[in-house]
Amino acid sequence: MSQTTTDQTPTAATYHGLTEEQLDSFGAEMDAIRQRVLADLGDADRDYLMRVLKWQRGLEITGRALFYLPPAWPIAVGALSVAKILDNMEIGHNVMHGQYDWMGDPALNSRMFEWDNVCPSDQWKYSHNYIHHTFTNVLGKDRDIGYGILRMDEDQAWHPYYLGNPLYAFLLMVFFEWGVALHDLEVENIVNGTRKLEDNKALHAGIMRKVRKQALKDYVLFPLLTGPFFPLTFLGNATANLIRNVWAFNIIFCGHFPAGVESFTEDEIVDENGDEARGKWYLRQLLGSANITGGPLFHIMSGNLSHQIEHHLFPDLPARRYPEVAGEVREICERYGLQYNTGPLRKQLGSVFAKICRLALPDRTPSGRDGDRAGRVTQDALAA
Amino acid sequence: MSIVADTTGRLLRSRLAGALASPHGVDTYLQLLDPMLAAHDVRARVVDVTRETTGTGSAPVATLTLQPTRTWRGHRAGQHVLVGVDLPGSAKRHTRAFTISSAGSQPGECFTLTVRAHEEGQVSKFLVREARPGQLLHLSQAQGEFTLNESPATPTNNHLLFITGGSGITPAMSMLRTLLRDGYDGHAGRKVTFLHYARSPEDQIFAEELAAIAAADNGVEVHLRHGDQTFSEFELRRLVPHFRDTDTWLCGPPGLVELVRAAYGDSEGARRRLRMEFFKPAVARAASDGEPAGGEVSFTRSGRTGTNGGTSLLEQAEELGLNPESGCRMGICFSCTARKTAGTTRDVLTGEESSLPDEDIRICVSQPVGECHIDL
Ligand SMILES: Cc1cc2nc3c(=O)[nH]c(=O)nc-3n(C[C@H](O)[C@H](O)[C@H](O)COP(=O)(O)OP(=O)(O)OC[C@H]3O[C@@H](n4cnc5c(N)ncnc54)[C@H](O)[C@@H]3O)c2cc1C
Ligand code: FES
Repeated sequence: MSQTTTDQTPTAATYHGLTEEQLDSFGAEMDAIRQRVLADLGDADRDYLMRVLKWQRGLEITGRALFYLPPAWPIAVGALSVAKILDNMEIGHNVMHGQYDWMGDPALNSRMFEWDNVCPSDQWKYSHNYIHHTFTNVLGKDRDIGYGILRMDEDQAWHPYYLGNPLYAFLLMVFFEWGVALHDLEVENIVNGTRKLEDNKALHAGIMRKVRKQALKDYVLFPLLTGPFFPLTFLGNATANLIRNVWAFNIIFCGHFPAGVESFTEDEIVDENGDEARGKWYLRQLLGSANITGGPLFHIMSGNLSHQIEHHLFPDLPARRYPEVAGEVREICERYGLQYNTGPLRKQLGSVFAKICRLALPDRTPSGRDGDRAGRVTQDALAA
Repeated sequence: MSIVADTTGRLLRSRLAGALASPHGVDTYLQLLDPMLAAHDVRARVVDVTRETTGTGSAPVATLTLQPTRTWRGHRAGQHVLVGVDLPGSAKRHTRAFTISSAGSQPGECFTLTVRAHEEGQVSKFLVREARPGQLLHLSQAQGEFTLNESPATPTNNHLLFITGGSGITPAMSMLRTLLRDGYDGHAGRKVTFLHYARSPEDQIFAEELAAIAAADNGVEVHLRHGDQTFSEFELRRLVPHFRDTDTWLCGPPGLVELVRAAYGDSEGARRRLRMEFFKPAVARAASDGEPAGGEVSFTRSGRTGTNGGTSLLEQAEELGLNPESGCRMGICFSCTARKTAGTTRDVLTGEESSLPDEDIRICVSQPVGECHIDL
């Protein structure tokens, strides 16, 4: 099987280079991977999560305790930052995806879990698990494309507002957890009048409850408990939150915005009945995501979102399984002649930042849905 | 020591501790130090396993003695506890209800569970055959209203009657043990009649203890029936002439329950005297005699829709590939609670139907009646 070319007969209509049959068998191969891993879940997955949890709790306690020892301040901040990153990424993000619901442990169940982040878990599960994972990279549907603030795709019409793209991205990075918390309020839709302010009342109350709890412990109680070191502890906690924000932002932006990642329109993904075939869904997840290469520790620290492709194909499989299935997914992609977007952190990051800057400016060539997709990809690649 | 422990306990349960441990809770940190430390959760360690019957050919029974965490608030005789067991290999935690078989307990006090191993059952088989001292179990607090409370209707008639079958003996045993432990000696004119049905003499659990109780001078009559000696109203009337006016606790297999229920009749007074507990869910029964199912069941959050098959919403959700949380699957643990946003459901335990919108229902014991929307 090789990538279909334009000289195909019109009857063999293709979708991103695959015929209907190819799409079906591609979908079946993905389903098979999923089934195999599901059948194999057991003690090893539980033990792994418990180990990460122990490390996370241990680092958190160590970090908080070391604030009583001012010379150890940098170590305290480091430990607390790593604890917050593990909490949000390898534990929180994955548990809230329901990856460990099968264990039947209420403390690690997607319905119960709450993370160390100002965004309340129930709101995040709606905007992320439901909206983003269902409408991955569908323009106008997936609010993760630019988060309602940035221009991250050529098909978002340019506006002078977007001259601030790099600045907005920088601010979003620094205040990432706040950005995530406000994400559900769809402020941009209120500004443009497609959403009513009343719709936000309940959400707003939920955010405020969570913000109060998070602020109370990080900026009042723990600093107070260290007595004379109040300012140091306060600053340390703020720094740990900042480091977590910067790290999470960078990993997450590398997941969908490097050059070569595709976006989709609502019309192209569904058939006349309004359904999207399984194979097409898988293909969209694959082409709409990008991986980051790295070692085992890097993968853990990124919550295995360095395997964003595998995560989008199988969002509810325990993330520790992604590295093990990645080889297979890649091999399947090669066979079907599909792009598997991956690269080291610096390459993916460079590509994302180039895109943020390039899209701040009006397009050099007229683009649009009728435009040549291949052309767009090369343009991205050149820009990277 | 205990003052120190009490103060520590109070500190750990304080709002300050909660705020500091937010959002994960104090227990997740305590657990790292020692699984038997807890501020809110209840856990227990198995400290002893005793075989009750050899179970030659049939299901063996074992009694587990549990040391609960200090968070255990104690129990009233007749109550049950939800037991969460991490089954090795699968890493899955399964939750089942077991009645406490020992006499009423104080906070933090040891108690026992007596479990019959079902050959095809996952949890009971594990507990009876594989649980060893040291095994950790997750518990709820004691719950249930099937307790040793006498009816206020006729305070002068305080004859107590227990009718049980099979492993349904456990709540009655707890009540009897509580009475005897608390000094009940039968000389105040009150009688206790203990009537139990077992499959065979080999399957009779607590045989020695019951023989000793029967032999003692305590006003407790023990009648053990085996094999073909099934329940008859005639015999009950001979043993307890005014059984319909006697506080009665009934627990056993469906066949026994049906016969006893028929004997007590439908009168308001008799119904108030006869309290029952079921060990098996009533779901299957209710589903089969319900009206023909129909309409569509939608699980709105996941966007799955199916034709109403007449089974419980939990089963219908699972058939559609969803994996909603569940525990006991018989309406007692509330872990399957979900919101019905529209439509009518029937509670299979009570037969009651409700069409209230935005109602929290236990999906394991709720059947959709016609079209129904669940936020799952
Ligand atoms: C309030 C209450 C109190 C209780 N108290 C006690 C008590 O004191 N002692 C006690 O022993 N039990 C008690 N039970 C029952 C107990 O909760 C369990 O239901 C029982 O132990 C069986 O659980 P299990 O996990 O072993 O079986 P499950 O795995 O839940 O199976 C349930 C039943 O289905 C049958 N089964 C399972 N798989 C299959 C299959 N593939 N094919 C055919 N049949 C199958 C099993 O034999 C079993 O009878 C109580 C229940 C309640 C509700
Ligand atoms: S699963 Fe226990 S109440 Fe439904």
